[in-house]
Formats: sequence, C-alpha cells, structure tokens
Amino acid sequence: MHIDLRTVSIQPLRQTFDHLARRFGDKPSSRYQEGSYDIQPEENLHYRPTWDPEQELYDASITKIVMRDWYALKDPRQFYYSTYTLARARQQENTEANFNFVETRGLADMLSDDLRSSALNLLVPLRHAAWGANLNNTFICGYGYSTVFTQPCMYHAMDNLGSAQYLSRIGLLLGGTEALEEGKVAWMEGDAWQALRRYTEDCMAVRDPFELFVAQNVALDGLLYPLVYGRIVDDRFAANGGSAVAMLTQFMSDWFEETRKWVDAVMKVAAAESEQNREQLQAWTTVWRDRAAAALLPVIEQVLADQADEVMAEQLIAFKARLEKTGVVV
Amino acid sequence: MSTVFIALQTNEETRPIIEAIEIDNPEAVVNREPAMVKINAPGRLVIRRETIEEQLGRSFDMQELNINLITLSGNVVEDEDSLTLTWGN
Repeated sequence: MHIDLRTVSIQPLRQTFDHLARRFGDKPSSRYQEGSYDIQPEENLHYRPTWDPEQELYDASITKIVMRDWYALKDPRQFYYSTYTLARARQQENTEANFNFVETRGLADMLSDDLRSSALNLLVPLRHAAWGANLNNTFICGYGYSTVFTQPCMYHAMDNLGSAQYLSRIGLLLGGTEALEEGKVAWMEGDAWQALRRYTEDCMAVRDPFELFVAQNVALDGLLYPLVYGRIVDDRFAANGGSAVAMLTQFMSDWFEETRKWVDAVMKVAAAESEQNREQLQAWTTVWRDRAAAALLPVIEQVLADQADEVMAEQLIAFKARLEKTGVVV
Repeated sequence: MSTVFIALQTNEETRPIIEAIEIDNPEAVVNREPAMVKINAPGRLVIRRETIEEQLGRSFDMQELNINLITLSGNVVEDEDSLTLTWGN
C-alpha cells in the first residue's frame, strides 16, 4: 500500500479579535494586546454616577489632558496580569533570598549603631509615603481613561504596597516593632517629614488623574527614589559598611529603573499629542517638582547634612535631563 | 539577487521577533506556514536586538533566538546586538 503524506495549509478564518484587527491589522495579536486594548467600557452607560452627576461613569474629560486615542499610552514593558505577576514573583524570590542572607549571617547585627539608626530614621517613615503612593495610583487607575493607561497604574499601586511592606520588614529586622512605632511618630510629628507628609496628603486631594500621575509618579518618585535609594542607601550607606541595607532595598532601586521607562513613555506620548498637553504637563511638572524638591530636602538632610543641597542640585539636573528626553522641558 | 531566509516556530515568543524583522527589513516577505514562519528577503536580512526589545518590552539575549529557530540560509554575521544574513560575495 502506498501512503502519500502531504501538508495541508489551512488558513484560519480569523487571526485575531475584530477590534484588534481594526487597530493593528489582521495578524496574530500578542497577549498584551488582547488583554489591554479597547477593553475600557465606553458604550451603553445610560446613567451618570449618583455620587458625581457632573461626570460620566468613565469619563476622559476628568483630566485636562486631551488625547484623540487614549490607547496610545502604551506600556513599553507590555505588562498584563501574567507577565506582571511572573516578573514580580521573580523579584519577590530574589528579595526573600536577600533578607534570608542578611538574617542568617547576622549582617544586621554587624551594622554600626550610627548607621543602623540613620537607616531606620530614613527608611521606616517612608513606608507611609509608599502607602500614599499606593492610594494615589489606585485613584489614577479608578479615574483615568483607557486600559493601557490604568492597568499599569494598578500594578504601580501594588508595587508601592510591596515597597511599604519591605520597608516595614527592614524596620522590624533592624529595630523591632518599636522602630515601626517610632517611624509612625516621626512621620506624624517629626520636623523632617512634615513637608513630605503634606505633599503626599495634598496629592490625595488632587482630582485630575493625569496631574496626580505627574505629582506622584513623575515628580515625587522621580526624585525620591534616586535620592534615597541611589544616593544615600546604595552610595553613602554602602560605602560606610552598610551594604546589608542596600541588599534589602535592592527591589526599590530595580523597580525604579524599570518603572521609569513606563512613566517616561506615558509623558512622551501625552506631550507629543498636542501643544496644549505639552504646556499643561510642563506646568504641572514644574510646580510639583519644586514642591517635591522642597519636601525631600529635610528628609535627605537627616543623613547628608550640609551636602544635601549639593546632592539635590545634582539630582534636579538629572531629573531635568531625563524629562527633556520625553519632550517636557522644565 | 539571491534570497536569504530565516524560519522560526510560530509561538508567542517569536511573534515580537517576527515583528522586529518586519520593521527592520521592509523588503522581507513573511510567509506564515502551519507552525512555522518563514521570512524571505532579497540579499540581506538583519535582526536587531534593540528592535526586538522594543517589541518585547524586556531585555533580550540574541542567543534566545536559537530556541525557536528552525533553519536559516545565508552567511551569518552575529554579535550581541544583531544577526545579519547575507549573500555578500
């Protein structure tokens, strides 16, 4: 008997969902595209919310930023649920290993008293700031428009919660439960922290989701993370025998480097959309950057003392250079 | 001019690579076979790490290409940043 094998090529009736084919052409889509594009509810929302009849339930006009297509604000990391959780799970394992390394080898006990207390004074109150960042990003997610923009905000919010938890664990490891209580008192009453607390709380009252994005993710985080985790923990502490602290805050440094790409991409696309957007973003960034710099100065002065002004000036130059690449000149 | 080609398995990992090749090589022709994507290009085909990374959203090691590579034809010039197929002589 003779068997003839041949390949039959079957053309699939559909390469992808219709709404993705309209957007990207009729070709196979990525999971990110399937899970993110044109998912925002837009139609058949008959009633305005009873809690705010001035706006639609999902309303692109809550913010002053105007986009023809809100789905242009693509996340360059292409995070959707699966890739995001996998990436963070890997980082969580890594951080657990770092904590384990520091704990089992007693590295925390080897820190000098000076270094331990300045690490506690600097890092533990920041968990309240991270919690504020969690609230603010949740707000952006709730009131922002289009899934490609709001989805990473929710991830960002969860990451902030993760940072707050790591900071709590650092407090527990280096100073026990008293360290957390002292941190709370410092945050509520300490002179060095009141400007930052006011900043964080004022952000909670901002109703424009894009302005809040600028205030929290661009201005505050854009200065806080490189100053605290870069300049102080990774440089200053590590040079003075505090590498253990730098191991424990590795997630924050890595996270900032990663999320910066997303924040920059959002700014770049929104600013390139129109001259009005660019001017609005520049105005917001300038105002919030000045406030953030003023709020962070007393915080870093706790460790850097009289060098704080110089370090802040250098960081502001770096911040300006970073934003100029996105087309926002401040 | 002779044709160079590269054939990759069809899966979620190669999709951004194929898109990157389409971006970098406007003259390339993408043939989607069952379970295989074969890309032909006249004379020269270049695969750039940077373009793949933009499509992929993370850093990419050019060695990862080999996992899903079925076959290729052409003289290979390979470094950390790109892989080029040519019939140069």
